[in-house]
Amino acid sequence: MSGVGSRADNTPLLTPAAARLRPAFGRVLPWLCIGAFFAFAAAFMLAPTIMLAIQSVMDDGAFTLDFISSLGEYRYRVAFENSLVLSVASATVGVLAGAPIAHAVIKPGAPRWLRSAVTSFSAVAANFAGVPLAFAFISTLGSLGLLTRLLKQAGIDIYALGFSLYSITGLTLTYSYFQVPLMVIIVTPAFEALRPSWREAAESMGASSWQYWRMVGLPVLAPSLLSGWILLFGSAFSAYATAYALTSGNIGLVTTEISNVLSGNVMASPQTGAALSVGMIVVMVAVLAVSAGLAQRAARWMPHR
Amino acid sequence: MNRLGVGSAIVLLLAAIYFFVPLAMTVAFSLWEGGSRYGLASYHVLLHRAELGSALVLSIELAVATAAALVVLLLPAMIFMNLYAPRLRPAFEFIASLPFVVPAIALVAGLTALFTGPDWLVGSPFYLVIPYFFLALPYAYRALDVGIRALDLTTLTEAGQSLGASLWQIIGLVVLPNLRSALIGSLLLTLAVIIGEFTFANVLLFDTFAVIMNQIGQHEATEAAALSVMAFLLTWAAMAGVLIVGRGRAQVGGAR
Repeated sequence: MSGVGSRADNTPLLTPAAARLRPAFGRVLPWLCIGAFFAFAAAFMLAPTIMLAIQSVMDDGAFTLDFISSLGEYRYRVAFENSLVLSVASATVGVLAGAPIAHAVIKPGAPRWLRSAVTSFSAVAANFAGVPLAFAFISTLGSLGLLTRLLKQAGIDIYALGFSLYSITGLTLTYSYFQVPLMVIIVTPAFEALRPSWREAAESMGASSWQYWRMVGLPVLAPSLLSGWILLFGSAFSAYATAYALTSGNIGLVTTEISNVLSGNVMASPQTGAALSVGMIVVMVAVLAVSAGLAQRAARWMPHR
Repeated sequence: MNRLGVGSAIVLLLAAIYFFVPLAMTVAFSLWEGGSRYGLASYHVLLHRAELGSALVLSIELAVATAAALVVLLLPAMIFMNLYAPRLRPAFEFIASLPFVVPAIALVAGLTALFTGPDWLVGSPFYLVIPYFFLALPYAYRALDVGIRALDLTTLTEAGQSLGASLWQIIGLVVLPNLRSALIGSLLLTLAVIIGEFTFANVLLFDTFAVIMNQIGQHEATEAAALSVMAFLLTWAAMAGVLIVGRGRAQVGGAR
């Protein structure tokens, strides 16, 4: 700020020429742009969300809790259970596999080419999801997939052994293909922030590798791992295209149930779809709230960074 | 490899198997012509499917329109918010995080409940640009926010004004060139995500690339594999662009 003099009042410094170039329109324009963005978000993001909440408790203009309580029906309870199990499982696999991969490439001993290769591949794989991902796994591990047939020739019939790609296990295996790289991308900066001097200090005091990770490494990484897990949970919970293309809606997930209602595949009122959607939003808000609480607790004894 | 450590080497080896086997199997499956014959037949068939070509064109148009909407609606609002109304930042953060809390399938349920017309809007495939804007919003916002914060916008604007530049000149000649890599990165990602987007298009019944891809693939196994390989190459090309302009910084986004 040196060279422009004392600027305590923070008013823009204008030459007379520039001041003349800022007519009323120039002063209104910024607020028009900000207002347009807010109006757009209010009309097409907030209003539809509020509409869902209203629709889920209204029937012919009268208040009712019928649709919310219909979420307790067997069909929808199974859908919520399936979605939760799938999201928790694939997010946990993502963290348990993604964090060691990020750690392995960040290590001082790791070659540089390895690191850029893993980063680039993670960027591609994390964005390779939906219909094409489902087709890749059907081609590989579907009941007529290439790997399935190769294993059968080798004497291992995985479908006879109880495996199915079109199950929660199969979906978890498929989702991991974008969950793991997603976690690698999210958590790599956190591993970079681990200073080698912390490890050296721990070692010089006689700490084992296990003690270093338990007392230094993991506590420092915990907030990043937690927020990464939340992001993965959300990406699996709201995933629709991959599951739809893989199972054709044969496995009830909340997302596929909502789409069945919307496309009229099942005898269910639009209000049931709205109630299911509200249920999803409630789960997401609850997960975020719990994670915010945990992050706050972690921050209490975290060193200031 | 010994400097990597045995544990890390095993982790990376297992990951390599998990990530490369499905790709190799899919490529091999796409080349299968029945029996023990292999060739490019399924790719050949795909190239002659007119509906696939027109669906790809529509998806590219939608992606470009969404990118344009981000540039027209989000970018100026963010620049002006940082310049004149930094107090509104929490409101921006809230809006940018909403698409994470409200999943795509819930947003499309809300949109169908709220908007049943007019027909020129909800009947046109370009209606999809509205939900696609919010699909792209979280990561476009994040990328631009990082770019803008690195700039010290106030100093740049004051410097420009003291040299006699108008607001337009400052934005066009100073701010936008500095935001170029953040902007191009998020626009490329938008292109990749929108070209493969399925949820909104399938529920709202528009024949985009991913919807047609699903229709073909449900009946033709080898063509499905070929489509998967092509989609992987498309994603690779888009991500190569993102990594080049972002100097190695990877980005992720979109609905799965």
